[in-house]
Amino acid sequence: MENIPQKIIHEYLRHDKKFPHVWCAGCSNGIVLGAIIRAIAKMNIDRNDIVMVSGIGCSSRMPVYVDFNTLHTLHGRPIAYATGVKLFKPHLKVIVVTGDGDCTAIGGNHFIHAARRNIDLTVILINNNIYGMTGGQASPTTPHMAIATTTPYGNIEPDFNICNLAIGAGASFVARTTAFHTNEVQNYVRDAIEHPGFSLIEVVSSCPVIYGRLNKKGGPAEMLKHMRDESIPLTAVDKLPKEKVEGKIVRGIIKRVIEPEFCAEYAKLCERVQAMGGE
Amino acid sequence: MATKKLKSTEYLKSLVKTEPAPEEKHRIALLQGNQAVAYGAMDAGVNFFAGYPITPSTEIAEILSEELPKRGGVYVQMEDEIASICAITGASLTGAKALTATSGPGFSLMQEGIGYAKITETPCVVVNVQRMGPSTGMPTSPAQGDIMQAKWGSHGDSPAIVLYPDSVRESYELTIRAVNLSEKYRTCVILLLDEVIGHMREAVTLPDLANVRVISRIKPTVPPHWYKHYDENQKYLSPLASYGEGYRFHVTGLTHDSHGFPTNKPSEAHEMMERLRKKITHNIRDLVQIESREMEDAKIAIFAAGIMSRAAKQAVAQARAEGIPVGILRPLTIWPFPDDAVRKMLRNVDTVIVPELNQGQLIHEIRRLTKDKSDGDLISMQRCDGALITPNEILRKIKEVH
Ligand SMILES: Cc1ncc(C[n+]2csc(CCOP(=O)(O)OP(=O)(O)O)c2C)c(N)n1
Ligand code: SF4
Repeated sequence: MENIPQKIIHEYLRHDKKFPHVWCAGCSNGIVLGAIIRAIAKMNIDRNDIVMVSGIGCSSRMPVYVDFNTLHTLHGRPIAYATGVKLFKPHLKVIVVTGDGDCTAIGGNHFIHAARRNIDLTVILINNNIYGMTGGQASPTTPHMAIATTTPYGNIEPDFNICNLAIGAGASFVARTTAFHTNEVQNYVRDAIEHPGFSLIEVVSSCPVIYGRLNKKGGPAEMLKHMRDESIPLTAVDKLPKEKVEGKIVRGIIKRVIEPEFCAEYAKLCERVQAMGGE
Repeated sequence: MATKKLKSTEYLKSLVKTEPAPEEKHRIALLQGNQAVAYGAMDAGVNFFAGYPITPSTEIAEILSEELPKRGGVYVQMEDEIASICAITGASLTGAKALTATSGPGFSLMQEGIGYAKITETPCVVVNVQRMGPSTGMPTSPAQGDIMQAKWGSHGDSPAIVLYPDSVRESYELTIRAVNLSEKYRTCVILLLDEVIGHMREAVTLPDLANVRVISRIKPTVPPHWYKHYDENQKYLSPLASYGEGYRFHVTGLTHDSHGFPTNKPSEAHEMMERLRKKITHNIRDLVQIESREMEDAKIAIFAAGIMSRAAKQAVAQARAEGIPVGILRPLTIWPFPDDAVRKMLRNVDTVIVPELNQGQLIHEIRRLTKDKSDGDLISMQRCDGALITPNEILRKIKEVH
């Protein structure tokens, strides 16, 4: 366990302004927030250099609570705003917090293009398999035949594999873990921030109040236990028989390669053009 | 990797400090309106452009893709117009002077983001080179159908600053003014161009850079813990910090208090909405620009904007030569609407003719301001088929009512 005292977490929160928060008791979003703060505290990054950007959704409410530069944008668009922030001041650490609906439904286009450009953003996607904020409608990651308020007879659509989507689009760092594995979240956040390119961390999480209730998944504790029991580390995949891997949440850093980063490439382009004599 | 990143930051810094030397050939030149917009943007200090290609605005992106890297500014082609308005807003919050250029369909896609820039009071400029709509319409044909959209296009009440040039030279000037006003009033300013002006070539002499008045946002001087992102003052012009400068402020599209934090309190919501409104209504004199010609003794007035005022001017010259007392009133600022000038015009003339390339948008505003003129005295000339209303048609109308 990375030993970050509780009081340090509190130093990063906007106590006087923004509490109590909007999240339901038992929601995973707070766990992810704690892990992000611990990672940043541990890395000792100047918080003036951090810009946390989000879209719209329960998960996207996160920035308002933390004492960074914070930008709560439009539904689906945080990566597009973050692209503007990062391109103009590439030394800033830009962290995007987004939901499965925000990032892969309405924001899918920005997601794949930012991954393709390999712009140095750290995208933390909290995947609760549902639209939490609007009351439990189906999202692109709602599992096949799961119940949402808009799929009362079961969801007939297949769901996205977000990490595969990111890899296919060209992201250079892709990892998956769950809200139960808070140390992994913390470590992956650190690795992703350090990684010079587009990073995606999918944090499989729980919305006990809506998704859990509609699909009879039990309370917050049961849902967290499910993440513990139904996930396996990437390193174990090859060792286990096929039937033990099927349907499991695979956790780990799935892709990590160093490839030309967009802001750096743009800087090179400027250098090249200016060397031509500014004409 | 790290050194490279530092380098690109340096480019951006160097840009802020040194004004790039203008290339002489651009100072006296035969320019298209779209070129004039691009040069105006750079002369106003624009150092960030994000856009998506669309006729008839594309030349603006093409020129900036060539010019901005030379001076360390950022040019990026985004995946669509939604991303473009978002990227310029993000860049502006980080300290950039940011602009995008588009046309009808792209302008429609940008509306949510324009509302966001307005509610968050983030400076940026959207150039809309209008084409014939609705929908894909006639991509290479002129129309003036986006006048109302420029004001009302985004949901909710969001007071607008919209400028409308009638020549290539004025496209240059009003682009600079649009950037200046966006910085001064911390809002998204819209520049409406007519397709014909965007693509028309005219000989223009651009002013020396030393004579270009450039306005930049006021920076806060208070220590970070005193900083209010939406400070109150009489003129509704408040300082704006940038990300990365130590102020660590919050920005949200939710209705917010003076620190930028979301609120559900009616009193705070009221305050925010009033600030958005009053920063326009309390500064009408600074914002509204009109051109008035031959109006002193006029009994007939033509009210026209953009390319239609060019046709109208020709018609007026002809009519004057024949002794008809006709004048022209032209808004350079279309929103806020020049209410006072229009009221005065309505008081002084018998008839107002409003030629426009749409199904009647400016005429609505004139009607709104009309108290005792019957419909007969307000004459709407509309054309909405991709062609222009000619000077001759306007002249004929003048003679009809004379
Ligand atoms: C343009 C637009 N469309 C729809 C909405 C309504 N809306 C708000 S949040 C949301 C879904 C959020 O789901 P997700 O991103 O998965 O986040 P969660 O709330 O589950 O954390 C929707 C559809 C909106 N705010 N804006
Ligand atoms: S609705 Fe679900 S996702 Fe939203 S705060 Fe409640 S538990 Fe969390």
